[in-house]
Amino acid sequence: MDTAPADGLITSAWLLIALPLAGAAVLLLGGRRTDRWGHLLGTGTVVAAFVLGLLCTLQLDGRRLDVDLFTFVATGSLDVQAGLLFDPLSAVFVLLITGVGALIHVYSIGYMAHDPRRRRFFAYLNLFVAAMLLLVLGDNFVALYVGWEGVGLASYLLIAFWHERPSAATAAKKAFIMNRVGDVGLALAIFLMFAQLGTVSYDGVFGAVGTLAGGTVTAIGLLLLLGACGKSGQFPLQAWLPDAMEGPTPVSALIHAATMVTAGVYLIARCAPVYDATPTARAAVLAVGAITLMIGAIAGCAQDDIKKVLAYSTVSQIGYMFLAVGLGPVGYVAGLAHLLTHGFFKAGLFLGAGSVMHAMDDDVDMRRFGGLASRMKVTFVTFGLGYLALIGFPFLSGFYTKDAIIEAAFDRGDGWGYLLGGIAILAAGLTAFYMTRLMLMTFFGRPRWEPGVHPHESPSVMTAPMVLLAVGSVLAGFLLVVAFPLEEWLTPVFGEPEAAEHVVAPLVVSILVTVVMALGVLTAWLFVGRREVPVTAPVRVSPVTRAARRALYADAVNESLFMRPGQWLTRALVFVDNRGVDGAVNGLAATLGGSSSRLGRTQTGFVRSYALSMLGGAVVVAGALLAVTAG
Amino acid sequence: MIEAPDLSLAALAPLLFVFGAACVGVLVEAFAPRESRHPVQVAVALVGTLGGLVSSLLLAGERQVTAGGALAVDGAAVFLQATIAGLGALSLLLFAERSLDPARSAFVAAAAVPAGSPRDRELITAPRVQTEVYPLATFAIGGMMLFVAANDLLVMFVALEVLSLPLYLISGLARRRRLLSQEAAVKYFLLGAFASAFFLYGLALVYGATGSIRLSAIREASAGEAGGGVLLVLGLALLVVGLMFKASVAPFHAWTPDVYQGAPTPVTAFMAACTKVAAFGAILRLLYVAFGTDEWTWRPLVYGIAIVSMVVGAVLGLTQTDLKRMLAYSSIAHAGFLLTGVLGYGSGADGTGSGLGATMFYLLAYGLTTIGAFAVLTLVRDGDGEATHLSKWAGLGRRSPLTAAVMALFLLALAGIPLTSGFTGKFAVFRAAIDDGAWPLVVVALLASAVAAFFYVRVIVLMYFSEPAVDGPTVGVPGLPTTLVLAVTVTATVVLGVVPGAVLDLAQQAAIFVG
Repeated sequence: MDTAPADGLITSAWLLIALPLAGAAVLLLGGRRTDRWGHLLGTGTVVAAFVLGLLCTLQLDGRRLDVDLFTFVATGSLDVQAGLLFDPLSAVFVLLITGVGALIHVYSIGYMAHDPRRRRFFAYLNLFVAAMLLLVLGDNFVALYVGWEGVGLASYLLIAFWHERPSAATAAKKAFIMNRVGDVGLALAIFLMFAQLGTVSYDGVFGAVGTLAGGTVTAIGLLLLLGACGKSGQFPLQAWLPDAMEGPTPVSALIHAATMVTAGVYLIARCAPVYDATPTARAAVLAVGAITLMIGAIAGCAQDDIKKVLAYSTVSQIGYMFLAVGLGPVGYVAGLAHLLTHGFFKAGLFLGAGSVMHAMDDDVDMRRFGGLASRMKVTFVTFGLGYLALIGFPFLSGFYTKDAIIEAAFDRGDGWGYLLGGIAILAAGLTAFYMTRLMLMTFFGRPRWEPGVHPHESPSVMTAPMVLLAVGSVLAGFLLVVAFPLEEWLTPVFGEPEAAEHVVAPLVVSILVTVVMALGVLTAWLFVGRREVPVTAPVRVSPVTRAARRALYADAVNESLFMRPGQWLTRALVFVDNRGVDGAVNGLAATLGGSSSRLGRTQTGFVRSYALSMLGGAVVVAGALLAVTAG
Repeated sequence: MIEAPDLSLAALAPLLFVFGAACVGVLVEAFAPRESRHPVQVAVALVGTLGGLVSSLLLAGERQVTAGGALAVDGAAVFLQATIAGLGALSLLLFAERSLDPARSAFVAAAAVPAGSPRDRELITAPRVQTEVYPLATFAIGGMMLFVAANDLLVMFVALEVLSLPLYLISGLARRRRLLSQEAAVKYFLLGAFASAFFLYGLALVYGATGSIRLSAIREASAGEAGGGVLLVLGLALLVVGLMFKASVAPFHAWTPDVYQGAPTPVTAFMAACTKVAAFGAILRLLYVAFGTDEWTWRPLVYGIAIVSMVVGAVLGLTQTDLKRMLAYSSIAHAGFLLTGVLGYGSGADGTGSGLGATMFYLLAYGLTTIGAFAVLTLVRDGDGEATHLSKWAGLGRRSPLTAAVMALFLLALAGIPLTSGFTGKFAVFRAAIDDGAWPLVVVALLASAVAAFFYVRVIVLMYFSEPAVDGPTVGVPGLPTTLVLAVTVTATVVLGVVPGAVLDLAQQAAIFVG
């Protein structure tokens, strides 16, 4: 795990962050003057960052390189050097962020063409890319935290991009507040590291983890997990992510599917040495992943909003990744591989959904779609490939990476392993169900379009990125697992992979998963494909469906457990402030004012009484001085 | 045969400049034609005080006892002399302002004419300007500069009288509200004479106890005689009473509000700034040079007096409705804060005095700010002269934003808000007191500051958040002298708050007594 000073092109890795940041600065400060070419500049900086990231990665050669920049904080005992860590792990994230980011920037040129605030949109997107790169490139927890808050800000700004819609403004606020809960956990974890170890650099913390008491390491691990749950929309902080779909669709694709929401997975993978030292926290990661992947899959089955289905799917898939990294060394690579392939096919699916919405006058209700396959051929094909990749159709991306996670779960070898593997397989079936339902409702069947809607294919500036992402969805799994194994690439970070002893043969797992997946598809066809889809959602449904529609009552739980008590607490505090604090302050003021008036009466205006007061003072002074001297 | 004492003329230059200017001023009064008297007097007084300022700055680093041991020219004396000369010059500029009052001056044309008589009513609009105030004020400045350098008790007493007598006089010279002004002068005179008597009696007792009036000799004598004896202690008590009266420290403060209110505002500014510097200079020298060895005897006393002064100033200030009276109580509270610095004398790194340097810095900062605040008071006027009642200031921020902003700055500085000189000064003296272990005193001081902040901020709230009164005052356009004063004081208040390092260092370097 030793690092070496950076050399060659990698010494300029700071440009990766600086380029999009400069783009954001120019677009935000330049104002309307940059309206005409702003989107091109914004796209250009990200493409340039991608090229630079690619060149750096090619030079990396399995080393871990430190790029020293400057002293960030130097106060007494806290000394934070701003530096970047360019290693195989950050390299894959750099490529994912800049690669998918660049494609989505291109797509946004078309998607946001008619928006009067397009320049601002690109400025925020650039800001996001810069912050996200800082998050994955920083060599210490403070830099990570700055990036972490930066992506939170960009996410807030972009969810509320159409802030004239009350739902968007509310969703942004919800995302921001729920993220704060997680951010506090991350901040506390950093405080704890600093208090216990006196350092916040990755090397310093990971090198000294062994010296800490077990309870402290567990506390750090759980607090980091809380931070990760907030950012990645994991249980119990998952409720903000589906609402975040109020933002423009490219935002959903880039931030709320491919990159930002995977920051939690990055955090846990990066902190592998911490979790290696605390089985308790690692088990908590597992539990969070398993619970979330089920919640997401169940809720996804009953949504009618195309983006919400994809959002719950994201929640569920990140649950898979948490499950994987919670499994320990055997799972890190599987989780990260799934993260990368998911980045491709989920971004592609969102862009496809955006293309559909573009065609349907920004409608998102799938009950009013139907029969779009013939009208939007490119969208249909690219979306279909993404769909197949997601449900784990053999030899497409999801097949490789999801199977790897399920295998790793079984490989635990104990009862828990079987339970987790079982959950993961069941969720794979649910995934196949809800995604097939989505496909059937959107692209097949009789058109149920609103009057006046004329679906059409999107312009090529939008379809080109979709095609590229579809190619990625098809090939990424094969490339990352078979052709150029990610496992070998990440060896400098996670160490040599142990030769896995399989409890259940991989072939059996693959067959089992494929069969369950096929069952899911079949069920969806039986429930949705065979029958007519009602244009309005049926009201008389089973309690299970009702619960799934309301995402297992997550919002209701949050409201009754936190929001209402919070409001009561606020009211109680206001009451205490008005009556108690203000009362004390006003009482004190009245007392002082009263004594002021009483004292003021000594100011009679008569010289004789002034002289008397002086005499009295002199007597006291002389008496006191004598008393002190004598005593 | 009496031997002539050795005189170092160079070391006396600041005093010679100021007293010389005062004497020239008397001659000008006698011989110059009436029309040209005002400009000549202003010029003479300013040349004298600025000469005093420059020559004392040139004396920086000087350490000697001269004039037969009667005068100490040391770091503290020179710093305080420069401060007094500078603040005195600013006050003289306020005296010289001619464009604010319709009658061209804040001073009565003929002080001997009975107030309210037909002749008085005639004079109130006559364009006659009174010029005796300049030599009088210059004498007072000279007395103050002598006061802080006095190395024996008799010289100190003489200086006390030289600075006091002209002040009594010029306090009674207001052109408007003459009866109030004369009442103030009489009160000041009577109580000042009373205080001088205390000082004189204390001097006699100390002489009786030690056989000397020289501060250094008193120190040696009191050190040899353990505890100093009853006579010495009583003498110290009475001397302290006499000096604290001049510094308007509670409980010897009773004259302050009445005199501040009655005196012409430029004179009030002069008293508030310069008298305070001079009095604290003498207190510091007396306590540390003459009684430094047995400081434990007076330490609890100063501790208690500081608390009384801060509390009385802050609490009584709360219910004042007249701005001049409010600033008077503010001055009493500030005297208490200054005493915390006096207590921190021995707390410096080398055992000499961060407290002394801090106190001197505080005096400079407070003097500049308070002169500025009174200068703003001279601007806001109604038909009856200056509108000093609080209610008249309502909504001033809307009517005259610049004036209100400048006043707000001074009030914030008086309250000790950061980035103003008031904060730096308070920080320095409190720091010195804490270093000396007097943290309970600092806690009281902070509470008193909080209470006092109320009445400063109330004025700001009134200026900015109240509807302007219908028959509100007008804000005069100041002439060159007042503009100059405001420019200097505003700049100093900000600079000493934002980058106080250089001046603080200077004060610390100057914090040396010889004797």
